[in-house]
Amino acid sequence: MTTIAAPSGDLPVSSEPSYLSAGYTLGSWLGTSDHKRIAILYAISVTLFFFLGGIAVTIVRVELFTPEADVVTADTYNRLFTLHGVIMVWFFMIPSIPNIFGNFLLPLMIGAPDVAFPRLNLMSWYLNIGGASLTIYALIAGGVDTGWTFYTPFSTMFSNTHVLATAAGVFLAGFSSIATGVNFIATTHMLRAPGMTWFRLPLFVWAIYATSIVMVLATPVLAITLILIVAERWLGLPIFDPSRGGDPVLFQHLFWFYSHPAVYIMVLPAMGVVSEVITCFARRRVFGYTFMVYAMIGIAGIGFFVWGHHMFVAGMSPYAGLIFSFLSFVVAVPSAIKVFNWTATLYRGQISFDAPMLYALGFLGLFTIGGLTGLFLASIPVDVHVTDTYFVVAHFHYIMVGGTVSAFFAALHFWWPKITGRLYPETWARFAAILMFFGFNFTFFPQFIVGYLGMPRRYHVYPPEFQVYNVLSSAGAVILAAAYLMPLGYLAWSLVWGRRAGRNPWDATGLEWQTASPPPRENFPRTPHVDVGPYDYHPEGMSPAPYQPRHRGQGDQA
Amino acid sequence: MLAALMPSSASTQGATTDAIFFALLGLSAVILLLVLTLVVTFAIRYRRGSKADRGALPAIISRQFELGWTATTLFAFLFLFWWAGSSQLSALIPPKDALEVHVVAKQWMWKTQHANGAREINELHAPVGVPVRLVMTSQDVIHSFFIPAFRIKKDVLPGRYTDTWFEADKVGVYHLFCAEFCGTDHSRMLGRIVIMTPEDYAQWLTSQLEGDDLAREGAALFTARGCSGCHGPSSPVHAPKLVGLYGRAVPLSDGRTVMADEAYIRDSILLPHRDIVAGYDPIMPSFAGILSDGEIQSLIAYIRSLASSPERSVQPGTASSGSLVPGTPSERSPAMTPGNAVRRQPPGEFDGGKP
Repeated sequence: MTTIAAPSGDLPVSSEPSYLSAGYTLGSWLGTSDHKRIAILYAISVTLFFFLGGIAVTIVRVELFTPEADVVTADTYNRLFTLHGVIMVWFFMIPSIPNIFGNFLLPLMIGAPDVAFPRLNLMSWYLNIGGASLTIYALIAGGVDTGWTFYTPFSTMFSNTHVLATAAGVFLAGFSSIATGVNFIATTHMLRAPGMTWFRLPLFVWAIYATSIVMVLATPVLAITLILIVAERWLGLPIFDPSRGGDPVLFQHLFWFYSHPAVYIMVLPAMGVVSEVITCFARRRVFGYTFMVYAMIGIAGIGFFVWGHHMFVAGMSPYAGLIFSFLSFVVAVPSAIKVFNWTATLYRGQISFDAPMLYALGFLGLFTIGGLTGLFLASIPVDVHVTDTYFVVAHFHYIMVGGTVSAFFAALHFWWPKITGRLYPETWARFAAILMFFGFNFTFFPQFIVGYLGMPRRYHVYPPEFQVYNVLSSAGAVILAAAYLMPLGYLAWSLVWGRRAGRNPWDATGLEWQTASPPPRENFPRTPHVDVGPYDYHPEGMSPAPYQPRHRGQGDQA
Repeated sequence: MLAALMPSSASTQGATTDAIFFALLGLSAVILLLVLTLVVTFAIRYRRGSKADRGALPAIISRQFELGWTATTLFAFLFLFWWAGSSQLSALIPPKDALEVHVVAKQWMWKTQHANGAREINELHAPVGVPVRLVMTSQDVIHSFFIPAFRIKKDVLPGRYTDTWFEADKVGVYHLFCAEFCGTDHSRMLGRIVIMTPEDYAQWLTSQLEGDDLAREGAALFTARGCSGCHGPSSPVHAPKLVGLYGRAVPLSDGRTVMADEAYIRDSILLPHRDIVAGYDPIMPSFAGILSDGEIQSLIAYIRSLASSPERSVQPGTASSGSLVPGTPSERSPAMTPGNAVRRQPPGEFDGGKP
């Protein structure tokens, strides 16, 4: 196995001003080409979208307290869950970890001064904002009611809502994704510091790299699909309209050919984050580093060939169904390998339970449940029963919210001191992490049961026997919403009153911790030289030593 | 306790699906418990500063463990695939003697039609213990025909036939849901599946016989729409004869062979130039936009009837083949209103006599 250790020796800390103080005008932010500032721009916009999508789903859950339609009308309800899906998938989940933390950390972690194409990076953000603006315009102008999946022929021939504006918005956001992916791939290939070989890369860098490849290869298919929708809806070309020889199921093939890999765009970066956090707070090298790398490449690769499991009931050939079922079982194996390796990393560690670690352990449990329920959906007879029910809703929320959002918060807390130079109140952060975990399970576990009982998704009224599960779920959502609001408060507080973090508050390895917090504009005063692998938490054959946190108690008194 | 967490199972497929479901649940519980136990144990035993032994890992552990758990999960998953996949294949083909019911979905109702012409809106009566094959199409968008108690679901597509089947093994009333989002009233596109004893069903069915049966209706259309001008037994036009056609392999002019099933007949009516029967000229006009889905189903039923009894004489009737069924919300099934639960009723309480 590769020897894994961190760069030896401390790099000199720059006396240059930090990237935050490199200019205070609006223009210095909106015209910046600094990857770290662009990461902050994304952080602001993505947070905004997260809460927008969150508000929409809060109304949805309130409506579902009772079986009757007593809060919003059917059309409003349909527009709300569509808004929730579109915003959360394309403007929160996909850009969140790669565009905020990938942007901020990728150059720092490989010892580069910036990404390969800094201006393309800024353009990606403007494309993302442009796409989001179009989508939000569609919302203000009356919304869209197709669901985030835009299934034809409903979206092209029957929906009277703003499908075109929304599709155009998502189309633009797709270009942002592609540009970001190209940028990250080029950065990883070209800008690694001397000595930073492929198998000395931190797992987060591997995760971002694998994600970028999926983005670049899959997103063009989404773009084509959206163009076809526009062609049919606006120009009247018969593509999906069966009465003129089109094929409505063709859309689903195209859509899921993008959207299943997109699930890995959302979850691979999360896996990278969790690997970094667990190894740091267990003070041990990641167990099976090379297996972890190959597992990520495996997920990214096989992930392209499983899209058909979304369509087992869509009238697809049963033999095609079998192949997709087989591949869907196979793609679960690398995810299982990762779960076992994270667990094994804890063995003989010196584990401390700081907030990022609590989020990461939460991820481990929730992602395991989400992954295992994926096996149910890969089994055709069970899938036939549960597809398009709340079972599926629960499953993908365990992966995407329990998994990715937990990892997002782990990343936010882990690298907050690096990004802002400040420490947040640890007690509050731990409390929010635990509340989020319970609120999440409270919200989504009942949905597995009500789904197997047969409650279809996207129902705004439902038979009364399903009510008890919906009440549980909605009550959990209230807790979850409160837990999501808390970090907004204490993190904002820490910006002004938080204690200075210092260069490396977690005593972590990795190049990003070798420079000042917040880092100077050029990241490193001199190009670092790497002569050992990542995660050098203990010398070969020795026990890990506990770290003495420098942050404990600070800010908590305030 | 567990029973309350499970939907009632009322079909032969239900048992298989539930068995696979519980096997998956068992496996998942084992894996999850394993992971959680290890995580919690390690978290406590190896918490920061505890006195646990932290000597270096034996060199053998890493590689053996990786290969061990990779192989174990792979074999477990492949076994599940084999089991789930093979039971799927065995349930694929409906039995030959299955009753056939046609389903047309539209925003936002289910129209079902029995072979004898009896029609229902948002309801489907069927006998217990008899396989029922559903031949489904949609007039507008994609819907999905979902009966949780039978563990069946199939998308209902415009411009195409999909089919599925069930064999109910318990008398009762069950939910029918639309599972594919189809617009404003998606969540109100509900219906009831009424499973009756064969005797009750026979009685119910006879009391429904008011309209013409499907095949007779089709025969009338066959004349009224001019099909008989070319395809009739004494027609001078060189067109394929339809007697004995259904279910037969048809050679096409480009060398392919297709099975004359519902989908083929439908395509031949709407897209006559796509599959030209060998030995004939492509002279038939398309009936797309001229015939409704219901009319096409009647014509198919008529052509099917020609397959089984070529000498059967058909009396062209005068019934209109347009939609005879009411569709306003007030006339929908009681199950459409969320307040009205689908209740199980003893078989005697079915209002079998009323249309």
